[in-house]
Amino acid sequence: MSATNISLRLLGNDTGARVFLAAIIALTVLVPILNVAVPPDSPFHVPTYAVSLFGKYLCFALLALSVDLIWGFCGILSLGHGAFFAIGGYAIGMYMMREIGPRGVYGHPELPDFMVFLNWTELPWFWLGFDMFWFAAAMVVVAPGLLAFVFGWLAFRSRVSGVYFSIISQAMTYALMLAFFRNDMGFGGNNGLTDFKDILGFNLQANATRITLFVFSGVALIGAFALCRFIVASKMGRVLIAIRDAEARARFVGYRTDMYKLFVFSVSAVLAGIAGALYVPQVGIINPGEFSPLKSIEIVVWVALGGRGTLYGAVLGAISVNALKSYFTALAPEIWLFLLGGLFVLVTVALPRGLVGLRGQLARRRANSGALKPKLAERDPAS
Amino acid sequence: MIDPSETPSGKLVPGKSILVLDNVSVSFDGFKALNALSFVVMSGEMRAVIGPNGAGKTTMMDVITGKTRPDQGKVIFRDYHDLTRLDEPRIANLGIGRKFQKPTVFEALTVLDNLWMALKANRRIRAMFTFTLSSANRARIEEVLEVTGLTALRDDLAGGLSHGQKQWLEIGMLLVQDPDLLLVDEPVAGMTDAETEATATLLRTIAKSHSVVVVEHDMEFVRALDVPVTVLHEGSVLADGSLDTVQRNEAVIEVYLGR
Repeated sequence: MSATNISLRLLGNDTGARVFLAAIIALTVLVPILNVAVPPDSPFHVPTYAVSLFGKYLCFALLALSVDLIWGFCGILSLGHGAFFAIGGYAIGMYMMREIGPRGVYGHPELPDFMVFLNWTELPWFWLGFDMFWFAAAMVVVAPGLLAFVFGWLAFRSRVSGVYFSIISQAMTYALMLAFFRNDMGFGGNNGLTDFKDILGFNLQANATRITLFVFSGVALIGAFALCRFIVASKMGRVLIAIRDAEARARFVGYRTDMYKLFVFSVSAVLAGIAGALYVPQVGIINPGEFSPLKSIEIVVWVALGGRGTLYGAVLGAISVNALKSYFTALAPEIWLFLLGGLFVLVTVALPRGLVGLRGQLARRRANSGALKPKLAERDPAS
Repeated sequence: MIDPSETPSGKLVPGKSILVLDNVSVSFDGFKALNALSFVVMSGEMRAVIGPNGAGKTTMMDVITGKTRPDQGKVIFRDYHDLTRLDEPRIANLGIGRKFQKPTVFEALTVLDNLWMALKANRRIRAMFTFTLSSANRARIEEVLEVTGLTALRDDLAGGLSHGQKQWLEIGMLLVQDPDLLLVDEPVAGMTDAETEATATLLRTIAKSHSVVVVEHDMEFVRALDVPVTVLHEGSVLADGSLDTVQRNEAVIEVYLGR
């Protein structure tokens, strides 16, 4: 009954989490090996484009993880989490724009191409400092974290919760999307930031850079998973669940639920920002489309599909939906959204606990049918 | 945020009031739920509050615990804190515990976790990551599990408990929270006679070391508690005294039996 025992109960007996961790570690180690050490003509060779594709999935997985932390454990359904992802992406994108330097199309020594195109003569103040990687890296954490803190402070203090919170979080990302679409905002407008050349001096097209980014994505996912497990296995995790299920009661027991929600929401936003920052160098572009409400809803669908409140379910959902998406958008792009919608309906109706709940559901069904049989057998002689 | 360790706890000061409601009024859309209610709970006292439906019993609890802000009046706790200026967690951390009419426990957590959550401890976020049970607290939880008859169910999810067990778990949560003043709203609703009797005994034991306000409909239960009674009607005090006295009171009879 000691504290360690209680956290063990959450962590130690969870085979799902163990299998998941082993799989992600194996993926992070194997993919680079299969890319570098296996000759290209071998069927086991992983081409470089696939390395980046997997890296992208890992970033989405991290994003899904951040949503599950607040939705699955604290009941905060954010329909604007894409905003934090995008802001993290923009922060690293700004660094990579500055690193292009005079190699841009217009050859301006300092201004990114789109600013020259807009006839700007000097760098806006909010672009200052982004020529330094450490500053951009700090912004990846600070900017989404701060936005979440301010937004959450206003919302949670005023006790905005449930569907109302979901709606205003969606309004937030929508407003940011409209703002970032404007050229005057100074973030490249409609086109966003692209044509990146290198990061910390390493060519973004180079194999080694791509593999490194992939490995960093894997490491970030594993680290974030460990952090989330730590949070939910501590006493904090119990409080979050208590807030999810009976917030008023938690207040009467003496917990300042608004502060707890603010804490976990900010942590989640930072994780989403990190995911965005790892995503953008691997796909080579960030534009206001990432702020679109649809993207944020998609994240929620990943989590729901995988199964919320388990952490690894979110990761499984993100990877499997995106793998399907890559496959189907290549095969028949016009049916993808219907398929996604259909999947969501199917899961909601048939798998309320998502893919990770499937095993338990099947086991229960088997147990139930097993229990029914003797009853029928008993009845038979009497009838 | 108030650190519970900073506030004195469980100290009964005989002859002093622990809670004073002074001229408190609350109205909802013109309906006066509390009408200039004044009411004193002495330190160490157990008091039963009765009254017909709509008399303002639950609203009174809501005002004391910070859920509802009164339109006028003051609620003074331990001669010092004006509760009308504080929110629910602050009031809880000052040492006021509440048990709801409908048992509300954290259903997705185990019985043990529910007690663990309610246990008197630092409620700051930072403290959540370093929390460990001291042996004294562990013994306390064991004791409460025993008292509430939930020892065998400690690892069961609270959502799976029966109605009566949930009521007892909620009382157990109050016990480990160890507030100076307990507000108990209809603790025996939906309980069997045996459970009701056991609850009365338990509350009497608790009242030895705490101040308690019990809101109850069940007259048998109030009689079993054997404590002073306050009758509320239309948001103010109609009568108080022993149960026998108030039951003989003309005004009380009229309110309960109709004109």
